[in-house]
Amino acid sequence: MSYFLELLVNGALTGLMYSMVALGIVLIYKSSGVLNFSQGALVMMGGYAVWQLTEWGLPIWLAAAAALVVMFLFGLVIERVLLRTMVGQPIIMIVMLTLGLDVFLRGFGPGLLGTEPKQLDIGVGLAPLIMGDILANRTYAVGALIALALVVLALLFFRTRLGTKLRAVSDDHVSSWSVGISVERAVAISWGLAGLCAVAGGTLWGAAQGVDWSLTALLFPAVAVVILGGIDSIVGALLGGLIIGILGSVIPGYVDSMVGGSTRDVVTSLVILLTILIRPYGMFGREDIERI
Amino acid sequence: MFYRLSGVHHTRYSQTRQLWPIPADRWQIGILLVLALAAPLYMSQLYLSSYMLPWLIFSTATLSLTLLMGMAGQLHFGFAAVMAIGAYTSIHLTRFGVPLELALLCAGLMSAVIGCLFGAAALRVKGLYLVMATLAMQFLVDWVIVNVTAISGGAVATLQTPKVSFLFIPLESLAARYYLALAWTVLVTLLILNIKRTSLGRALVAVRDKDFAAAVIGVNIFRYKLLAFFVSSFLGGVTGAILAFCFYKAVTPSQFNFDVTIQLVAMALVGGLGSVIGGFLGAGFVLLVPIVLLNLIAWLAGTGWLSISTSMMAHIPLMLYGAMIIGFLLFEPLGLAKIYDNARKYLLVWPFRHTQS
Repeated sequence: MSYFLELLVNGALTGLMYSMVALGIVLIYKSSGVLNFSQGALVMMGGYAVWQLTEWGLPIWLAAAAALVVMFLFGLVIERVLLRTMVGQPIIMIVMLTLGLDVFLRGFGPGLLGTEPKQLDIGVGLAPLIMGDILANRTYAVGALIALALVVLALLFFRTRLGTKLRAVSDDHVSSWSVGISVERAVAISWGLAGLCAVAGGTLWGAAQGVDWSLTALLFPAVAVVILGGIDSIVGALLGGLIIGILGSVIPGYVDSMVGGSTRDVVTSLVILLTILIRPYGMFGREDIERI
Repeated sequence: MFYRLSGVHHTRYSQTRQLWPIPADRWQIGILLVLALAAPLYMSQLYLSSYMLPWLIFSTATLSLTLLMGMAGQLHFGFAAVMAIGAYTSIHLTRFGVPLELALLCAGLMSAVIGCLFGAAALRVKGLYLVMATLAMQFLVDWVIVNVTAISGGAVATLQTPKVSFLFIPLESLAARYYLALAWTVLVTLLILNIKRTSLGRALVAVRDKDFAAAVIGVNIFRYKLLAFFVSSFLGGVTGAILAFCFYKAVTPSQFNFDVTIQLVAMALVGGLGSVIGGFLGAGFVLLVPIVLLNLIAWLAGTGWLSISTSMMAHIPLMLYGAMIIGFLLFEPLGLAKIYDNARKYLLVWPFRHTQS
């Protein structure tokens, strides 16, 4: 029983860390309808940015703050340079553009800073968190708390004036234009916000497993999270993250030893497939009605 | 100039309806075919085996994907998995002593059947969700291949292709393998070229442009979407088997992972979605340009014009490849085929700049 509980708790914590990555995807999709396949690479770049800044002698929290600025600007640049010219192009082009960006960054980051995993010390310590007879990873626990905070912040942000504009843009581009909302700026801001999420994700995942190109692999669970939760729902990203995390921890915990490992990816794939086949719009996603 | 139209008068319907009504296109195709057939005579073994052969095979794979993505409009991000199914099926069958001809056919059928499962998702969703569904299936197939030791023999195991012969010609020599790949490429190319002229092709294009509208004018979407997945997966499966037998001569699971899928889609897009010549140009570009540019940069670094760290050097192909995808999407979304088409159109009316039409 305690084994099960331990898997459950650790899974939930990991899942919340996935939510942090997924939140970036949701923010971008919500405003522009682009599924950002380069969020994993952005997370990696966020991790690299924080690491590089600490290498230059900044304390970790200052480095993270500076990286937030850097990655926010990076998000703006991506939107301005790449995505804006793609407005109105077929979906495959946009998907491939973000994939191309992912490939490029996967070469660029490690190429610039070296391939060996970089350690990020966020001052949490390696000792596990002991709750009764359950051991939990302390870094993951901190990450989960920050993820929760980010989701709450995102929810609150969408109640502000700027957030209302973003919601309007996510509802309908043309109508937003006609009432004087700058759609371009809203989309750019959402890319910047995704950059912020990427720094948070990069720092915490980097602290948990080291910063290297393998952080880009976070894209896959994050995509599963947004598919399950609904691709344009922030609450969905939170709950989806919890479910994916728990399933991806409990099922491999019992099954892995039988079939020889890495069932986590299978669980993730199956969740994506079943969600799409049963309820394509996810748990909280908005169902679009199509006309001829 | 080359494409002179003066004096070309079609007096029969069959002449206007032929594949290449302009003589210049016909003799260009002829020259290319002769060059391809004679390649083992004038090309060194190295060029033939490490450039020509992969280019041909990946062009064929891209053409199979073009049928699905360019003509039927169904996005597919699991095509490497389909090819893997073909490759593994054919290898296991030939190991049991089935002749290669039959094994290729079975590989295609196996891929087609499993590919239709990918297509089942396409019946329910489209666009972005179809991308996700096929992507998930790619990971599932990968996992099954890696973890079922009866198929792959384990994550890091390689399966050697057994000694086989095709139509009584043993596939030992490089030339024999090259000709098999070439024959398959020509076959698939002709199929894709002609499919646009059939009712099937027109139905697929209707489904691509707007599937509801296609249903309104009486196209059975259910049938044609599945058919597109079936045909394309069949071709992809056989191509996977050809890839295993003619090029790699051994298969490992990592030869068909998600990165290969991205590569195939990139080939289709860089070449120009939906065009046949784009399949060839795109495959060649994606395969060869990073190598050429890397050599160039290595040469520049060697002469001391450019100083690059070794880790940067190792990652430059990846960066170039990513930048290439981005660059094409930004600056020429219709791909290399459109560039070719522009040049051809220019030459059609040369020395004038425009015609009325």
